Amino acid sequence: MAARVLVGVKRVIDYAVKIRVKPDNTGVVTDGVKHSMNPFCEIAVEEAVRLKEKKLVKEVVAVSCGPQQVQETIRTALAMGADRGIHVEVSGKDYDTLGPLQVSKILAALAKKEEASLVILGKQGTFASEVTIDGDKIKVIREIDGGLETIKINMPAVVTADLRLNTPRYATLPNIMKAKKKKIASVKPGELGVDLTSRLEVLRVEEPAQRQAGVKVETVEDLVGKLKEAGRI
Amino acid sequence: MALCVRSLHYSGFSRQILKTTAVFSKRHISERVSSKSEPRSAPQTADHVLYTQEHFALKDSLRKIIDQEINPYVDEWEEKGQFPAHRIFKILGSAGFLGVNKPVEYGGLGLDFSYSVAVAEELGSINCGGIPMAIGVQSDMATPALARFGSAELKKEFLLPSIMGDKVACLGVSEVGAGSDVASIKTKAVRKGDEFVINGGKMWTTTGSQADWMCLLANTSDGPPHKNKSLICLPMDLPGIHIARKINKLGMWSSDTAEVFFDDVRVPCKNVIGEEGMGFTYQMLQFQEERMWGVANILTTMEKIIQETINYTRERKIFHQPVLHHQVVHFRLAELQTEIELLRSLLYRCTALYIKGNDVTKLASMAKLKGGRLARELGDGCLQYWGGMGFTSDVLVSRFYRDSRLMSIGAGADEVMLSIICKYMDTLPKK
Repeated sequence: MAARVLVGVKRVIDYAVKIRVKPDNTGVVTDGVKHSMNPFCEIAVEEAVRLKEKKLVKEVVAVSCGPQQVQETIRTALAMGADRGIHVEVSGKDYDTLGPLQVSKILAALAKKEEASLVILGKQGTFASEVTIDGDKIKVIREIDGGLETIKINMPAVVTADLRLNTPRYATLPNIMKAKKKKIASVKPGELGVDLTSRLEVLRVEEPAQRQAGVKVETVEDLVGKLKEAGRI
Repeated sequence: MALCVRSLHYSGFSRQILKTTAVFSKRHISERVSSKSEPRSAPQTADHVLYTQEHFALKDSLRKIIDQEINPYVDEWEEKGQFPAHRIFKILGSAGFLGVNKPVEYGGLGLDFSYSVAVAEELGSINCGGIPMAIGVQSDMATPALARFGSAELKKEFLLPSIMGDKVACLGVSEVGAGSDVASIKTKAVRKGDEFVINGGKMWTTTGSQADWMCLLANTSDGPPHKNKSLICLPMDLPGIHIARKINKLGMWSSDTAEVFFDDVRVPCKNVIGEEGMGFTYQMLQFQEERMWGVANILTTMEKIIQETINYTRERKIFHQPVLHHQVVHFRLAELQTEIELLRSLLYRCTALYIKGNDVTKLASMAKLKGGRLARELGDGCLQYWGGMGFTSDVLVSRFYRDSRLMSIGAGADEVMLSIICKYMDTLPKK
């Protein structure tokens, strides 16, 4: 039986909040804005907990990178059924410039340190819509452009969760109270041997251009005429 | 800080001076945010006067359930005049939200009342008043006496399934002839062997047409009116119980409200909660929690209405500028928001004293009184700024206007609250 699953959970601006760009265009407004776990990370946690309930894995560890507040996000994962949490402390300027490259290095280092057989993350890249463990291999059904593809992969492996993988459970009140007793360990990126320097510099943040109203035309000839006018063809 | 900057822009006069200071403070703020570790941007978690991280985790989880299982269907249920109580209560019960301060042996969480207040607050994010009201009846109005004074057998039959969401409860206290004057109810339960035979009727029974059992207050003897009543657990499928009608109301449409008649209904005597004759006292005890609950609930809803009004008036233009830019509008909303914060402080103070075991009747009554009145003032004031749109059924503010009117009437009318406060102030005329 696979020992350990590592799940990445990210604290992001709540999906229902209207995002606003800071007046000085250096970023988006985060102060006082509601934050929650990335919905795709929720799906990842749910999948990990289900694997544990099916007794296919022994332990689910939730990881998050960021300042003190991300501990709330880790606690949500614990309330959903994760066994313990790891808080990778990143704050201030480092947090502002923390990007996918740095986070993946951190997760890789942790996966090694914790001897995780499986890392489940919220989606980017190839998406799993079904995950089962078969002996020491993982069977994944993933969605690709042409349809569904079933693959068997060796562990340790990284799987990313798609919308259709599952419906995350609500953190029930009894589990929220139980999560209080679960441990969250703190660790610094330096201890994992990860260098946080960013290769990117944010020059300016702007809102996407307002969508302009369209124009309706009556016939195909009109359409072609208008496209020619606009210099599109 | 960000709020401060925005309001500087809106001020009419000395724009030049304010502009330069605004630019200065903007730069200052953005520097602060990125240079140090994140500012105490969650003062609500760390320094909250009543709530801990668990309270907030609880609210978040409940919020998800509301967003996914309740709010998408509210408009439909309001039109239908009923929401599916069994389904919704099962979802909430399974997640642990119906027995927050009830005993663990019966499926509750054994937490203190501050957690119930947190739940009540979060339920205010439901887009109507009817459903939170029905949930409140289930979790904090029909069950407190049973949880405190009921026999183990009764708790197993009625409390446990109510907390799990398997049985829907309703409260039978008010009658056609007796609302504020609870002592003058006429429903009689006459002892015949080891059964009570019940005759009479109840009015304003929330969720009455869907309920599996009723927490019924009835006269069980001929003694003085405050000492002759008992609370009885009444299964609603007994012969002789008639749901006379579903009442058409001004608001709270998604909550079905029934008039119920009892025609020689027989129920075992062991269904009495606690001591016979103590029903009136038990019911009075329940009221304190009910009142605090109602205030917690309406605070969130009122804030939502203010926010929606801000959003609307910011978009809507009148005489070439947003409605919100007219001073009377943003000033009035500021006044109303101030009142909300005052009421919230009173509620938290009341709750904190209550969980320490104090009698908070006076403060709870004051909070309920203010809650009802502020809701009316706020609903009326905000609706005005929506103009014609506020008068349509398409917007939340008109539903709030209708739903919130009940707060000054139900669960203890304003006048009853005032009498209670006067009693504590010792200003009532002596008989």
